[in-house]
Amino acid sequence: MDLTKVENYQQWANSAHDRGLRGAYVRRMRTSKHLLTSVEVARFVAQGYLRLDGVVPPELNERAVAALDEGLPHVAYGTPLSAAFGQDTFVHALLALPVVAGAVESLVGPGPTVDHHAVHVREPHEGHAQDLHADAIIDVRPDAFDIQLMYYPHEVTAAMGGTLSVPGSHLRRINETDIGRVQNLRGQTRLTCPAGTVVLVHHGIWHSGRRNDTERRRHMYKLRLNPTVPQVRLWDTADLHDPAVTAELATAFPWYEQATARLEIHNRVLLWRALTGDDLFDVDHWVTRVTNRPTRPTRRSHV
Amino acid sequence: MRQQVLVLYLATSALDSQVVGWSRYDGTGRTRPTTGDGDEPPYLTGLAALHDGWRLFQASQLLPPQSGHEYDVSFLKHEFFFEKLEEDPHPRT
Repeated sequence: MDLTKVENYQQWANSAHDRGLRGAYVRRMRTSKHLLTSVEVARFVAQGYLRLDGVVPPELNERAVAALDEGLPHVAYGTPLSAAFGQDTFVHALLALPVVAGAVESLVGPGPTVDHHAVHVREPHEGHAQDLHADAIIDVRPDAFDIQLMYYPHEVTAAMGGTLSVPGSHLRRINETDIGRVQNLRGQTRLTCPAGTVVLVHHGIWHSGRRNDTERRRHMYKLRLNPTVPQVRLWDTADLHDPAVTAELATAFPWYEQATARLEIHNRVLLWRALTGDDLFDVDHWVTRVTNRPTRPTRRSHV
Repeated sequence: MRQQVLVLYLATSALDSQVVGWSRYDGTGRTRPTTGDGDEPPYLTGLAALHDGWRLFQASQLLPPQSGHEYDVSFLKHEFFFEKLEEDPHPRT
């Protein structure tokens, strides 16, 4: 088995996925890195986002607000994250925070590239929310995903119109604002958060910048990252077989239609299989049942 | 006359099933409903909207899944459009 030395890992087998094989992974050892657990990644697969509340220190938040007001330099598509931002920038410091770095690596792996970044500002009393949408264009990759890091450097109150997002919407196949007709869904999340909150979202999540009903500008920094490695077991897998993993993947949301809710779980199982390399994983037999096609045993000729 | 439009997304194709999503569009211009402006639906079921005087004018069709796309998920399937007619608040004289 090929072994590659990776900083902070004791050993990392070049994955079977790379060689078109299955089932020959070596579990990563728990390290000082702040990698996500399997339960947390399963929650991301079910909900389409991960919240890290108040993880950025106040001094960095202050630097960020000043920098966002000045505007950010352009970063070319595909620039390695490690080379995209100078060491004196708030973005570099943000991505260097162990809790942020660990979450990013757990989802898109080491060495991601920058897709794009942007400053989102909602002006005081900006009177109309964005249409509900998913970013970019329809993106139905079954075994890969981008993440978008959303960073809120100051407190977001309900009246400030924090980002609206729809938990569990990321696997629905829609193109950008085609879903804009829909204004409200049961269980939608209208973000309120303390200063220094980071939210990592799957590229397909339905969301909208909401109306700002206050006198204060609202800032949000967004950074989209593309993986450069297969997204297979990139997190701390020590708890891979914890029943809580299955429970997370079986989560239903109040806005799901009764029948479609079952398809959502089916589709999460397929994504979880891709992320773990475990082709037999299932939740309540949903995938196993509909892929069961026994073949007739070969008859041996009688002598 | 001006049209008030209510769109309800229901849990099944039955009009008396639970509301899971909703939108409002106000042809009178008195209000400006927008994305994410409420967490509680205006009615618990589509039937409750009828009881309150809303007139159903469109319901989404029941379409069988396309071959090869039986497990795809996309837009909400059970969409019902209702209207109420109200006096024009700014009639031309």
